[in-house]
Amino acid sequence: MTTIIEAKNLKAYYITQAYGVERTVQAVDNISLEIQEGEVFGIAGESGCGKSTLLKVLLGAFEPPLTVVDGTVEYHFDSERINALALTDQNLRDIRWSKVSYIPQGSMHVLNPVRRIRDSFYDFITTHQQVGRRESLEITRKYLADLGLPESVLAAYPHQLSGGMRQRVTIALATILWPKLIFADEPTTALDVVVQRGVIQLLKEVQQREGSTLVLITHDMGVHANLADRIAVLYAGKIVEEADTRTILKNPRHPYTQYLIKSLPHLDERAERVSIPGRPPALDNPPTGCRFHPRCPLAIDKCRTIDPDLITVRPGHRAACHLVTEEVIHATTA
Amino acid sequence: MTLLKEFILPRLLQWAMVIFVGVTITFLIPRLSPVNPIDQALGRLTAFQNVEPEGVLALRATLEDLYGLGGSFFDQYIAFWQRVIRGDLGPSFSAFPRPVNELIGAGLPWTIGLLGSAVVLSWVLGVVLGSLAGYFPHRLWSQVLDKVLIVVYPIPYYILAFVLLMAFTYYLPIFPLVGGAKGTPGLNWDYISSVLIHSFLPAVSIIVGATAFRFIMSKALASTETSSDYVTYAEMAAVPKRKVLFFYVTRNTMLPQITDLALSLGAIFEGALITEVVFAYPGVGSVLYNSIISADYNVIMGITLLSIVGIATASLIVDLSYPLFDPRVRFR
Amino acid sequence: MTTVRDLFRFSPSFRYGAAILIVVAVLVILSFVSPYAPDKRRAVPRNEPPSAEYIMGTTSTGQDVFWMLTFAIRNTLIVAGVAVLIGRSIGVMLGMISGYLGGTVDRVLSSIVDSVIVIPRLPLVILIASILRGEMTILTLAILIGILDWAYPSKRYRAQILTLREREFTQTAVFAGMNTIKVVVQEHLPFLIPFLLADVVSGFLFAIGFEVTLSVLGLSDLGSQSIGTMIYWGNYYQALLTNRTWVLAAPIASSVIIVVGFYLISTSLSTYLDPRTRLSRMQVKG
Ligand SMILES: Nc1ncnc2c1ncn2[C@@H]1O[C@H](COP(=O)(O)OP(=O)(O)OP(=O)(O)O)[C@@H](O)[C@H]1O
Ligand code: SF4
Ligand SMILES: [Mg+2]
Repeated sequence: MTTIIEAKNLKAYYITQAYGVERTVQAVDNISLEIQEGEVFGIAGESGCGKSTLLKVLLGAFEPPLTVVDGTVEYHFDSERINALALTDQNLRDIRWSKVSYIPQGSMHVLNPVRRIRDSFYDFITTHQQVGRRESLEITRKYLADLGLPESVLAAYPHQLSGGMRQRVTIALATILWPKLIFADEPTTALDVVVQRGVIQLLKEVQQREGSTLVLITHDMGVHANLADRIAVLYAGKIVEEADTRTILKNPRHPYTQYLIKSLPHLDERAERVSIPGRPPALDNPPTGCRFHPRCPLAIDKCRTIDPDLITVRPGHRAACHLVTEEVIHATTA
Repeated sequence: MTLLKEFILPRLLQWAMVIFVGVTITFLIPRLSPVNPIDQALGRLTAFQNVEPEGVLALRATLEDLYGLGGSFFDQYIAFWQRVIRGDLGPSFSAFPRPVNELIGAGLPWTIGLLGSAVVLSWVLGVVLGSLAGYFPHRLWSQVLDKVLIVVYPIPYYILAFVLLMAFTYYLPIFPLVGGAKGTPGLNWDYISSVLIHSFLPAVSIIVGATAFRFIMSKALASTETSSDYVTYAEMAAVPKRKVLFFYVTRNTMLPQITDLALSLGAIFEGALITEVVFAYPGVGSVLYNSIISADYNVIMGITLLSIVGIATASLIVDLSYPLFDPRVRFR
Repeated sequence: MTTVRDLFRFSPSFRYGAAILIVVAVLVILSFVSPYAPDKRRAVPRNEPPSAEYIMGTTSTGQDVFWMLTFAIRNTLIVAGVAVLIGRSIGVMLGMISGYLGGTVDRVLSSIVDSVIVIPRLPLVILIASILRGEMTILTLAILIGILDWAYPSKRYRAQILTLREREFTQTAVFAGMNTIKVVVQEHLPFLIPFLLADVVSGFLFAIGFEVTLSVLGLSDLGSQSIGTMIYWGNYYQALLTNRTWVLAAPIASSVIIVVGFYLISTSLSTYLDPRTRLSRMQVKG
């Protein structure tokens, strides 16, 4: 297995100052991760925990007030290594869309309302490939046909399409140049269930066709269960647990992950759905120690003051909780 | 069909409503005022000559008839509407018996020429500069432009007119002091250049403020567009800045801008009244000024009506042409 | 109060604007201690250029331009103030009726407001003023300007109230059984007041502009001092042709400065009120 993107000790804060009030929102706080070529990597967590922020940094598409305070992000394309935090204009033209692409959150508004769909495709294609109008139309037409989208959308304006169709068109627009690495932010949110299923199917298809890597962000554990190979669970700007999907679903170790899983509706069981008490903390003033401690039913004294390290429970499974750490230490010493 | 029913009809109704309200107000104002314009006119007419009492009565009857002030209030109102619809505003008080239409008509080409070109020029300038400044807010030139124009913007155009007049016809007499043109009208270079030279300062006095206004509006619109999802997305895909600026940012600000251009064009009859007065420019503004001086309220009324119809019609045209500029209205 | 302090500290345009308006206020106060009555002619030698004794020179009718200017600014501000008061009262009232009652009332009012907005105001004012000529006083001028400047404000207040009504706290307050008046006064007014403030400033700009326009056309009360009438009389006595530019320079410069001052305040207020800056300004709680 080869790593395609690697982040180390990433810290990205929103730093704003207005009328004498300075705010620092620690939206991504000390995150390290490695994503492998060809996998579907899920990033889960409640709203506001920093998922989109992490994504922006991984994409190298961040602007003030979002500032990367510390850490590195590197793309590994074959033998080439590219620093994602300092992309030049030339880099951007070279890698965006043809190698790294992005399906945005709330893609309802990402299509220019006064441009026909085929013209948007033309703009995006010709930025990265030297093709004429006719050729670009040909590429688009063929790709849409492959994905089973009607050709009639080409002449349409965005507002004439349904929400689901717009989302599919956006997915097509993002992947038209066969990128190796695709980031998708909440691609199914705000769609109704039937449409959701179609979009998930489409994503799966797009990913499997060329064995692309898909980094999938959603708070919906159901979608993760459907698509992801591996899942990282984010809480208040930190990774609290990371493992393969099966482990996360069947054998989560972190109390927060356990809650997330318990709050899922199950088809087979009559087990009650537990929702997590309390609300996620505001990230401009996060709790000390373990950021989950105000909501954690298992919290011990230490949790209030000491931030637990993200340790490897067993190969491929990491968690950040004092209880887990103690257990692991116990198991190795015993 | 739905376009007609849901879109065109309501706009037409709105247009009729504006005209109705405007004409009614214009009708009411002189009639509600404590001063009787006929007494005023009679006062002026009889001040210089002795007129028999019967003569005064006869004169009064004639005037009342001419100005539509005879009969009951309601009759007057109907008669007023008839005049408006016929486009016949009666004779002028001061330049009796020249019809009001003729007086206003003489000023129209000047005003349309001066104001029309000033409005269009400042629109183009403001939109171009404003879009650029909104899309590149952190560049030095953009910030300098912004600061300068924000201070220039609130300066009233007539003040600028005075300043320009003082500076360039008096201290540095490089421009003619007053008037519209010299020589006999004709399509020869002498006459045209004279028109251009005479209109230069008045035009500048209007263009400066109007450009500042357009710049501020355009910049605000452009920076909203710049933070919109579709612009961010296109930038993320590294679509060239030129293309983003043109097809994504500016193209999306066009709708309100074109609306506003048409409204400004509709408003030219009230637009730069004092500019014309300051530079003694022979347009509608000067006609209005002269009629104010001579209390020629029929002419004033005519110009008021003209500007009401002008702006109402402009906004109707704007509304009806929306579908041309916005696909969201065109294909519903 | 903290608002003013914050603005002072962090918004340069507010600082400059405030400084300008303080100077203006000083001038207005000075008018009360003027050595001459405002309309007294030949109080000083005529047509003197600015000098140590007459710092802004004197006019063709023998008035001291500086002291004249203090009265002029005072009167112009009075006209603008009364006009704004009238215009905003009508505007706020209609906006509130429209916004809170909704339904048919709102539809009827809105369509009237929309029609009135389109009707050009300057020709109307000129028509009215030319008919009232001779009877025009500062007060009637103010009223006239006021009754013409309510349509835009009322539209904006309506929009504000509509968004306030949709806010969460309104729903909560209504659920909690608070009566309407209380909701409006306790929950909405705090939001409307800063908005009103910004609006008042732009009202001043509009009214000053109108005062000057009408006076330059000779349509206001030419017997009293105002920035507009000073320009009018300057023109009347051909200040330009006779090279007595100081007579015109004083009112022109002061109107530019006052207008810029108000404008700076209004832009700084509106950036302050912008929800985006408002958000980043909010102190962290809990
Ligand atoms: N421009 C900004 N300025 C300041 N703080 C911000 C900004 N954008 C986001 N934040 C804060 O950063 C934190 C993380 O936001 P982010 O959008 O990454 O969350 P998310 O996990 O994607 O949530 P959601 O599921 O709602 O999309 C939040 O607390 C948010 O309030
Ligand atoms: S470290 Fe403590 S507070 Fe945090 S999750 Fe583990 S037990 Fe709960
Ligand atoms: Mg998000």
